[in-house]
Amino acid sequence: MGLISNGTTLLDAGAIDSGITQGSMTLINTLTASSSANLTFSSGITSAYKEYVFHLINIHPATDTADLFIKFRDGSTAYDATHNATVWRAYHGENNTSSALEYEASEDVSQGTSGQGIAYNIGNDNDQSTSGYFHLFNPASTVFHKHFLCRMQNSHGSDLALDNYVAGYCNVTAAIDGIQFVMDSGNIDSGTIKMYGVS
Amino acid sequence: MAIISNATTIADAGSFSVGLGDMTLIKTLDVSGGANATLVHGSSSVVFDGTYGVYIIKLINVHPVDDRADFTMNFTTDGTNFNVSKQTTAIEVYNWENDSTPAFAYRDLDLANSTGEQSIAYGCGSDNDECISSIIYVFNPSSTSYTKHFLIDTQFSEGQGINFRQPVQGYCNTTTAITGVRFKFASGNIDSGTFKLYGLKDS
Repeated sequence: MGLISNGTTLLDAGAIDSGITQGSMTLINTLTASSSANLTFSSGITSAYKEYVFHLINIHPATDTADLFIKFRDGSTAYDATHNATVWRAYHGENNTSSALEYEASEDVSQGTSGQGIAYNIGNDNDQSTSGYFHLFNPASTVFHKHFLCRMQNSHGSDLALDNYVAGYCNVTAAIDGIQFVMDSGNIDSGTIKMYGVS
Repeated sequence: MAIISNATTIADAGSFSVGLGDMTLIKTLDVSGGANATLVHGSSSVVFDGTYGVYIIKLINVHPVDDRADFTMNFTTDGTNFNVSKQTTAIEVYNWENDSTPAFAYRDLDLANSTGEQSIAYGCGSDNDECISSIIYVFNPSSTSYTKHFLIDTQFSEGQGINFRQPVQGYCNTTTAITGVRFKFASGNIDSGTFKLYGLKDS
């Protein structure tokens, strides 16, 4: 049965008509932290989409000046896929006495397996947190590197506005099929992470 | 006729009232062995005009035939000639798989009112697993008042075992509407790759 309104077919055989423009970002999963050791997307990353986007919203650490890490799973149960990443950042202090643009050689990774920092020294005052986005390209490929682009803004524990740019690739030909977010110290006190597929 | 469910209007007068998402996929190009990838308004169902205020182009796993070829972009105002004058900046940030000294610097891949190609990935490798992925914003390309701003953020596998990010930004220094874009390598074909063009609704 079709549903036609004002001469336009809206629904047919239970599906929205192909002629009607639909959105390209599909919300796959939302994880909300509550004193959580980690937030893990253990399913839903497949060949269904060539790009996945994670929106991180008000991720608040239990421990002051904790770093937020992302880890990649490539077929096993462990979140330890080999990756490379660059890190650069800008910051500005609330007291207006410090600011910088710099490459972070201590935070970049060459062929690492222990995860990648994406937001650093996040404060745990009640109003401090980190938010940003993480793009992962074609994680199901068994041919190419799995590239990612990330930008995170966070309230630094020393009252700085910190702008983190992280990018790189998983240097594996196995598909990436899981993503885990975890603090380097303490729990994720609260926060929301949404995973979208981009068609 | 309207469709109302639980007091919420779903559809009315032939259009949906509920949200269907604000990013609209306009075109997907899957290139295999092509000299270039072009997205030109009015060609092959491509929309690149005043329909949307912001366009986003995603490049996914673009793989060169030639090792360490420069991957470039240019714009057109007539659909045929890709030679729009551009003013740009370019940044390079990279580190090595072998953990050699990384780099973060302004790079001389910028353009000063040049109609030539803009590098967006300088030196992608041609090993089987090496490729380019990128996100490109083009703002209000149909404007006949303003220069046309763009933001490019490219991540790729450089051919010497280098993890490379190349942010580029700038504007087309013309008040003529931009009607399309072209991507190509400075030498050799695009072996494979996916190019997606999106429009942002109500932008």
